[in-house]
Amino acid sequence: MGSQGGFNQSKEFLDLVKSIGETRSKSEEDRIILNEIETLKRRINDPDIPKRKMKEYIIRLVYIEMLGHDASFGYIHAVKMTHDDSLLVKRTGYLAVTLFLNEDHDLIILIVNTIQKDLKSDNFLVVCAALNACCKLINEETVPAVIQQVVELLGHQKEAVRKKAVMALHSFHQRSPASVNHLVLNFRKKLSDNDPGVMGATLCPLYDLIAVDVTPYKDLVASFVNILKQVAERRLPKTYDYHSTPAPFIQIKLLKILALLGSGDKKSSEQMYTVIGDILRKSDTASNIGNAIIFECICCISSIQPSPKLLESAADAIAKFLKSDSHNLKYMGIDALGRLIRISPEIAEQHQLAVIDCLEDPDDTLKRKTFELLYKMTKSSNVEVIVDRMIDYMISINDSHYKTETASRCVELAEQFAPSNHWFIQTMNKVFQHAGDLVNPKVAHNLMRLIAEGFGEDDDAADSQLRSSAVESYLKIVDDPKLPSVFLQVICWVLGEYGTADGKYSASYISGKLCDVAEAHSGDDAVKAYAVTALMKVYCFEKAAGRKTSLLPECQSLLEELSASHSTDLQQRAYEFQAILNLDANAIENIMPLDASCEDIEIDKTLSFLDNYVQTALEQGAEPYISENERSGTLNISNITNRSPYEHPTHSLRFEAYEVPKPVVPTKLPPADTYPTELVPVSVPESSYQPTLSSGPDVGSGSGSNELRLRLDGVQKKWGKPAYSSSSSSSVSNFDSRTTAVNGATQSDHVTAKSRELRQPAVDVSEEKQKLAASLFGGKTGKPERKQSGSAVAHSKASRTTNHGEDKVQQPTTVTTAVQSPPPDLLDLGEPTGAVNSYSSVADPFKQLEGLLDLSQDGNAGTTSSSGPDLMALYSEPSGQNQKDNMNSAPNPSNHAASLSKGPNLKDALDKDALVRQMGVNPTSQNPNLFSDLLG
Amino acid sequence: MIRAVLVINNQGKPRLAKFYNYTPVEQQQQIIRTIYSVLCLQSNFIDGASIFGQDTHLVYKLFATLYFVFVFDSSENELAMFDLIQVYVETLEKGFNNVCELDIVLNYTKMHTILNEMILGGQVVETNSQNIIQAVEEISKLEKVTAATKLISKSASILWG
Repeated sequence: MGSQGGFNQSKEFLDLVKSIGETRSKSEEDRIILNEIETLKRRINDPDIPKRKMKEYIIRLVYIEMLGHDASFGYIHAVKMTHDDSLLVKRTGYLAVTLFLNEDHDLIILIVNTIQKDLKSDNFLVVCAALNACCKLINEETVPAVIQQVVELLGHQKEAVRKKAVMALHSFHQRSPASVNHLVLNFRKKLSDNDPGVMGATLCPLYDLIAVDVTPYKDLVASFVNILKQVAERRLPKTYDYHSTPAPFIQIKLLKILALLGSGDKKSSEQMYTVIGDILRKSDTASNIGNAIIFECICCISSIQPSPKLLESAADAIAKFLKSDSHNLKYMGIDALGRLIRISPEIAEQHQLAVIDCLEDPDDTLKRKTFELLYKMTKSSNVEVIVDRMIDYMISINDSHYKTETASRCVELAEQFAPSNHWFIQTMNKVFQHAGDLVNPKVAHNLMRLIAEGFGEDDDAADSQLRSSAVESYLKIVDDPKLPSVFLQVICWVLGEYGTADGKYSASYISGKLCDVAEAHSGDDAVKAYAVTALMKVYCFEKAAGRKTSLLPECQSLLEELSASHSTDLQQRAYEFQAILNLDANAIENIMPLDASCEDIEIDKTLSFLDNYVQTALEQGAEPYISENERSGTLNISNITNRSPYEHPTHSLRFEAYEVPKPVVPTKLPPADTYPTELVPVSVPESSYQPTLSSGPDVGSGSGSNELRLRLDGVQKKWGKPAYSSSSSSSVSNFDSRTTAVNGATQSDHVTAKSRELRQPAVDVSEEKQKLAASLFGGKTGKPERKQSGSAVAHSKASRTTNHGEDKVQQPTTVTTAVQSPPPDLLDLGEPTGAVNSYSSVADPFKQLEGLLDLSQDGNAGTTSSSGPDLMALYSEPSGQNQKDNMNSAPNPSNHAASLSKGPNLKDALDKDALVRQMGVNPTSQNPNLFSDLLG
Repeated sequence: MIRAVLVINNQGKPRLAKFYNYTPVEQQQQIIRTIYSVLCLQSNFIDGASIFGQDTHLVYKLFATLYFVFVFDSSENELAMFDLIQVYVETLEKGFNNVCELDIVLNYTKMHTILNEMILGGQVVETNSQNIIQAVEEISKLEKVTAATKLISKSASILWG
């Protein structure tokens, strides 16, 4: 039993702790604690209890509460203890109170008086205890009661008190800035306190203040730089050293402050360059705290006005982090890289392999951070690889928070950088399939809109191609029983709208599928609603086209079932459908025009088509319509604008009951919001149908869809052409530069070809990574997929191919632009590169690749490892069976097959990547699934 | 700022829980459980977004049977926090001479006293373990003195207490 320093506890407490420690189950523990609570309740209310005992009981209460049980019955006793004269008891009281209560608790008011008294105490320890309590317990209302005293304590002779007073003032400022604002000057003053500890404490509130508004503190830049310099030059007393680093926490805080002050301010930044450079140079890379300072320097460098020299040393420091064996340092390195990349994107390229290592690391934190980095560096050239990786990761994790985050990032990146509609749809399919319930429903509506509108161009052929590919892909997966609801809604809508459009699938086939969907998801009203409307559309389009149509029996029974549904929405849809069945083709064509989902719906808000009817009615002696305002005006002059019936308490008569037209609109609106079909910009069926029912709903649903249109238009900006079209224009010139660069490398290749063959068998690891790196960063290239055939013949052939690369490359470009745009900025990093990896060519990608990759391998064969042909030949064999064992750990080829169909080389790369890891060749990679199992 | 300091043993039992923003007891338990469930990864940093909300990080370190966990937001440096754990444990070591889990359970108040000297209102105020120990010892000395004088006037205090 630890018996130092008068913190002794009794045997009872020891027994309690022991018995809890020995429990085997949670319920046993709960029982013990409940017993304890009973005992304490009894004893604590005993008036004759000695103080010492009381103190122990309170500690036991704190302990109980920490274990998750309610100890509120003892709060009042803790409060009482703070009033005690004995320092020991008082401090225990304060401790318990700060742990038990929050600043808005009712009991606080009983403590404020004690705090006030204690702040005036002669004993500085009492003052400290009171200041401690201030930090936690004083809220906006009680700040004025103590603030004067706290400010006075800023001048206390003991530095411990000054320090705590600064912190107390800081916590007041956090809780209610308004009541402390006039005292902010005190923080500035305390910056020049002769005790470095107080100065260090002052940095905390200053950091917060500067984070809110930089401008008033610009004049302090020189002082901060000066302090930092002194600290770094070891001018502080030795006691501030930590692991032989001078006052590291003060340095870090100062660097953070400088980062804020220097951001976008050239003049201030220039003052900092020297000191930051010095610190970066001097810091001890062997110790943890030294690295912390280096990291902070990098953050600062990336935030202030860039200085080329500092950026360079920052990049070096990052390189050291990434090369380190420590996961912590790698993590910091990735974080730092993510910051620096905003300023100088090219540095990522040097570290591509390290980044990929981190991406494959079993450690989830590191992986997540790396994905964050990738997310930051995504551009149209590498979006496919990155998003595929993200989707794989998303599939592999269970944590819904990160799943949602990853899914929304995938969607965001896909929306921003999608190289082709087809790819976009495939990606969306995957995201929906695996995280459908987690993505924002708006994403689904955007997807439908994209399919309906294409990219907003007039290229009808491309649009219809997009639609057919969407239909096709949906038909493939629609039978999957586990599809999320949102995605099913999209599928139903697309099938209904475009399922029969290209004539490839018969109406009865589509209808059958839709009926299956409705049946399989009978618990989901929204899906059923979508399905039945889709069925209606399919039927209408068929009939309008003059084809002979009959309802499938299952469709018939579905209709019957739905017309008796509990959901009024489903009922309505079913009855509408049945009504349509009796109409002739002509009428149907008007109700359900083909592919009119994007047409604007014109709404005649004045209801002019009723004019004739009104006219006749008037002629027949009907009362003319009096507008609502006029009506209420005549009734109650004081309440012209007030329409609510509940706000006329003085009225003896309820005139409001006679206001007929008004309520119709609001009551109809809510359903328009809740039922997803009508959220889609395609409310054609409903609204064109409804006018025949009544005029009220027409206005209602019309304005509903109007709102939506507005909202979606905002979204469309994202889809705008710029990113998309710019890519195609730049691609050709980029490829020129690449081919010439490769040609340059060709010469050396022949010379070293032989030596490389010797080296190859020894190497196995990084080939796939390099390839992945190349596609991510557009940097140094990987090796060819079909290396096993890398004989001399292949070499010569390959180099020939590359020499003519220019012609060859341009050919595919022209072929593919119709469907997709080739990634543009691949080569803006200026490397002779395997950027080709993400480029797809309809011609023969392998031929070019072989040449390209083989050649450039030379360049890095010395520094990095290259792969042996034999090993690769081995890998390519067992792919099928291994893949099954390891679905999540690696990019799954079946998942990739669809989205990567235009980049066969890339797919292969990822396949092999997976294989290498399954075979355990790569030491750094393990199956992350194992870990996720462990973690539950 | 630092949001919380937690000490959890390797069976998931909390040994010390200090939250710098008020957190209801049930939520504290929930947080401790969640944190414990993620504490077996390789690196010492964990993204706290799913546990504590946006912009939070966790750093932890395992000493014998105890996980020391610090939760903080982006105004702190992860590596520095990592070292702050080191400072805390070094201080405990000095304060208890070869600290073990039992010391920590039984000297709950001392744990808090040490922590309060280091971190105040979620901000780091002192990182020199020698200074911290000095302050703590001063406190305990004074407490002993007052406790002794109290013993004399004990009978009196019972009368009005």
